Amino acid sequence: MTIGIPKAFLYYRYRWLWETFFEELGCTVLLSPDTNRQIIKTGATHSIDESCLSSKIYLGHVEWLIDKCDYILVPRVATYSREQIVCSKLWSAYDVVQNTFRSRDISILDYNIDYKQNKNEFLAFLRMGRRLKKRRFSILRAYFMAKQAEKMMNERRLEEQNKLLTLGKAPKILIVSHSYNINDPYIGRPIVERLSLLGATPIIAEIVERNTAVQRAREISPTLQWNYNQELLGAISLYKEQVDGIILLTAFPCGPDSLVNEVIIRKIKDKPIISLLVDEQEGLAGMETRLESFIDMIGGSSI
Amino acid sequence: MKISFPRMGNYDVPFRYFFSRVFDAEIITPPTITKKTMELGGMHSPDFVCAPFKFNLGNYLEALEQGADTLIQFGGLCRLGYYGELHEQILRDLGYEFDFINLAGMRMRNPKSVWDKFKTYNENLSLETLANALPTTYAMVKQMDELEKHIRKNIGFETKRGEFDRLYKAYLSAAENVNNKKELKRVYHQYHKEIKNVKLTLPKNLLKVGIIGEFYTVMEPFANHFLEKELAKMQIYVTRNLNASTTVFHHDIPKLLKRVQHYVKYDIGATGVDTINSALSFARRNYDGLIHVKSFGCMPEIDAMTILQNISHDCKIPILYLTFDTQTSETGIKTRLEAFHDMILMRNNLDGR
Repeated sequence: MTIGIPKAFLYYRYRWLWETFFEELGCTVLLSPDTNRQIIKTGATHSIDESCLSSKIYLGHVEWLIDKCDYILVPRVATYSREQIVCSKLWSAYDVVQNTFRSRDISILDYNIDYKQNKNEFLAFLRMGRRLKKRRFSILRAYFMAKQAEKMMNERRLEEQNKLLTLGKAPKILIVSHSYNINDPYIGRPIVERLSLLGATPIIAEIVERNTAVQRAREISPTLQWNYNQELLGAISLYKEQVDGIILLTAFPCGPDSLVNEVIIRKIKDKPIISLLVDEQEGLAGMETRLESFIDMIGGSSI
Repeated sequence: MKISFPRMGNYDVPFRYFFSRVFDAEIITPPTITKKTMELGGMHSPDFVCAPFKFNLGNYLEALEQGADTLIQFGGLCRLGYYGELHEQILRDLGYEFDFINLAGMRMRNPKSVWDKFKTYNENLSLETLANALPTTYAMVKQMDELEKHIRKNIGFETKRGEFDRLYKAYLSAAENVNNKKELKRVYHQYHKEIKNVKLTLPKNLLKVGIIGEFYTVMEPFANHFLEKELAKMQIYVTRNLNASTTVFHHDIPKLLKRVQHYVKYDIGATGVDTINSALSFARRNYDGLIHVKSFGCMPEIDAMTILQNISHDCKIPILYLTFDTQTSETGIKTRLEAFHDMILMRNNLDGR
């Protein structure tokens, strides 16, 4: 059995969990390719114009997987707790995919994480395994293996980042961006590469000890409830002293970022910050110049 | 203490009623929203934040100019829940001094939560005052929603122009001056009767349009360029289910999800499922068309649009999608409305209904 996983949105947060889980269950995992012009184009054709770039990209990836696998994984992640909610784009991902491609006869494998309905990850995965007609024991085993893998990978990423924070050469630039944007080969990756080419050390805010970050975020912004933005805000607070500048990288028109980035700019006064906005038409055009001048400026101010 | 709050539709009346009682303070109602409010708010807001944020900020700025020293933000189900913190920060950065009461996260339906919150702001608040003000305000909002529903449907057809407006204004000012729920009931019965008795001249062929969409932009007439008024001028019977009663007081997502299960499996956020449910119910009742209203970038409503397109296709009901921002052109909206009107009129004639 082949499970298709769109390489967008939550893939970048849950890739180890998902891949290990399905492989341990004896399924084949089929990933959509890296985001490219064609995927963005297809995604945009299937999207409402005003949708954010990240969600257009997502639909492009889903479309690519149609007819290539038995199931396409489209989870619905809404809330982790009363104070930790997720952007509504991820509440609706399942229903949007279902309604967008309803004439294409696709089989979606979904799971639901929503504290309001007592739907936690463990129960969600157990149900998903049952739907794939696996035995309870194998599902449990696969889930715990997957959790192990996820934990290990997250720890390794943190370690690598910590190494960069202490050993990396200056200037160190903290990139604040959702995991699905910073890791996307069309949105975030080129920025990271460009920064390295310019001699800077990119530090990724999304790679952070999540619980500590959320705690920190509460202190800075008590009514902030978007969990992924809490992590990013907390990361700023945790990494701030060790970096020379901050880049806020957003996909247009991200709802949570439209408010949170403004809060960040207004509350974090002791570091240079620029904000970069990526949209479907322009992509990264014009950004290189801004990155260069930002690095110059930081270099200048630290002397 | 001089308290102010953001406006939305006519709800400033119950807000004023409630706050003047629980805070024991002077209430400053921000001026009716105008172009100036919008420009003031827009000037100091982040670029692609949704329009309600800008309107709210404009309200605050105008209220502060009038001497308000305490501002209230209500919060809401979506981005609204985070408005308050940024509003406060922006106003402080502009140099204003004020107290900010952020009600985001308060559970309106839980009296204990309301009590705890307001007790922290007004030590002298007695349980009796709250126990009187809360149900009266609640009843007032429900009455307003009832009356407005009737007026919205019929205002295009009143025989004597301006009757509905006159009576409704009179009702609002009478309602604001009652002392308790009993008095309010009496006021309601009087005006309800009068409003129901307003003479109407209904055309033979009634065009019916349902309005669906995002909470604020649907309910604040300035934010939607007085859409309902325009429709009334075109002699259209207008209905909407979205109001404070249906979204703040009785918001039963599981029940709604059951009704829309053919299209939606999960809650898609804020009032997205309400939008789908309303669309289906209007379609079932053979409405001639739907108008979907939202501010630019409203996430749950953008997702609802994907589903609305399928409903429009399946139920053969035309839907006009209108997006409002502070930059939206008046003429653009008017032209689209006229074209929509022509289209549903032609369809209606073809059907021979």
